[in-house]
Amino acid sequence: MTDEPLLRVSALSKFYGSRVGCENVTFGLWPGEVLAVVGESGSGKTTLLNCLSTRLLPSSGAASYRMRDGQFRELYRMSEAERRFLMRTDWGFVHQNPADGLRMTVSAGANVGERLMAVGDRHYGKIRATAVDWLSRVEIDEDRIDDEPRAFSGGMRQRLQIARNLVTGPRLVFMDEPTGGLDVSVQARLLDLLRGLVTDLGLAAVVVTHDLAVARLLSQRMMVMKDGRVVESGLTDRVLDDPRAPYTQLLVSSILQV
Amino acid sequence: MATPVVVSDVAKSFTMHLRDGIKLPVVAGVSFSIRSGECAVLGGPSGAGKSSILKMLYGNYAVDAGQIIVQHEDGLIDLATASPRTVLAVRRLTIGYVSQFLRTVPRVSALDVVAEPLVERGADREVARNKARALLAQLNLPEKLWMLPPATFSGGEQQRVNIARGFITEHPILLLDEPTASLDARNRDVVIALIAAKKATGVALLGIFHDHDVREAVADRVIDVTAFAAGKIAA
Ligand SMILES: Nc1ncnc2c1ncn2[C@@H]1O[C@H](COP(=O)(O)OP(=O)(O)O)[C@@H](O)[C@H]1O
Ligand SMILES: Nc1ncnc2c1ncn2[C@@H]1O[C@H](COP(=O)(O)OP(=O)(O)O)[C@@H](O)[C@H]1O
Ligand SMILES: [Mg+2]
Ligand SMILES: [Mg+2]
Repeated sequence: MTDEPLLRVSALSKFYGSRVGCENVTFGLWPGEVLAVVGESGSGKTTLLNCLSTRLLPSSGAASYRMRDGQFRELYRMSEAERRFLMRTDWGFVHQNPADGLRMTVSAGANVGERLMAVGDRHYGKIRATAVDWLSRVEIDEDRIDDEPRAFSGGMRQRLQIARNLVTGPRLVFMDEPTGGLDVSVQARLLDLLRGLVTDLGLAAVVVTHDLAVARLLSQRMMVMKDGRVVESGLTDRVLDDPRAPYTQLLVSSILQV
Repeated sequence: MATPVVVSDVAKSFTMHLRDGIKLPVVAGVSFSIRSGECAVLGGPSGAGKSSILKMLYGNYAVDAGQIIVQHEDGLIDLATASPRTVLAVRRLTIGYVSQFLRTVPRVSALDVVAEPLVERGADREVARNKARALLAQLNLPEKLWMLPPATFSGGEQQRVNIARGFITEHPILLLDEPTASLDARNRDVVIALIAAKKATGVALLGIFHDHDVREAVADRVIDVTAFAAGKIAA
């Protein structure tokens, strides 16, 4: 564990006209740490995640990221090209809907291989071998490598999206409701897989979820959002077992058991 | 003798916002310390606040007031005010905890549930699994269960997995919340022996034991939690 965070976020706000997206969000994320962002629909989770991943520019506030050379860079002062490079190499983004993160009309192997080529890999045999390896790590049989994701089930598509994101060895991954659209039994398998990968690779991640059980399983820390603001934050088990804010108590009491 | 835990004037209450914000005082003025190599026991009737005290020591419950000073690596830290990252580091290296009930994780085998805290401390996975096997065997968990996720185990089987998980590391401080509650006499004796072995290596233990015989066998001293009862009138 390093003493310096990977990501430093301060007083981040995003307004859509007069409507609040997220407001005054401040936190740090350290290497290997998984932060869950929970709250009901419309609380600003996706807005925050999109601002952090620079897919959206905030209205005010700052975020800086520690690059591989150890230097912090202000995310919102980078050029578009620099941000895109970071997105391709050092970061991953797992969308709730796999179709948003995959290319549905190219093969599974190409979906994974493409990301490698984007970081400069040119050796076909090596790319294919790495793709096969990653497909197996997400429990997709090698004989599906030439199939298009269109032919895959929802759970398989999501696993493919995860492989596509992790193949380049990112240090930070953003996930928006990664188990959102899946059946419960499929969710459990995906969660277990994600948990194993995050631990083995020592990834830092920001995981948006409305599901407190997902937060409990994947994250060490969590932030609870309501109406765009963070109403409570802390160690995940502390927030869930001893919720302090009225809204967190309501959330925790609304579920059967986590 | 070293005193790795010093608790001073700790208070805990719960504010129930969904019930008109009523305040439930649990404990106040909690003060005690634990020395290396001893097993102190929290005594008092159900609802007195014993588990709440253990949970505050593990950073699982927030602390309203007071200090919980713990010797961590080469320094002292106050768990009552420590950052989440510090609490996580304390859990990895300094304080182990056997909760009252095992929290199961889908698809992870009993063996890996037990080995995990060692792996988190940087141990080789196979070395950790071997130690896990030895502990599960000592606690008489049938070998045919080791590769299965504990979700479907009986209460006593889950508890033995939980105990093995808590005892596998060499944390200098160990918290035990009724670890023997659903065990038969043979396995209670195993736990008594495990606790004695921890004491012998200088671990500071704090436990809750309802079973009279177990308490007699392990307790060096009983801390009466009713002495810390918070006023029953809502503040
Ligand atoms: N593109 C947009 N234009 C206008 N308002 C938006 C837009 N995106 C989100 N919002 C509003 O911002 C708030 C937060 O939305 P969102 O970040 O999507 O929340 P969540 O992901 O927690 O459901 C909501 O009130 C939502 O209606
Ligand atoms: N998370 C919680 N939220 C609200 N009340 C709680 C919580 N945990 C414990 N309590 C209450 O605190 C009191 C002490 O409980 P506990 O510490 O479990 O006692 P013991 O372990 O001595 O039986 C009880 O009245 C219990 O209902
Ligand atoms: Mg959303
Ligand atoms: Mg109790």
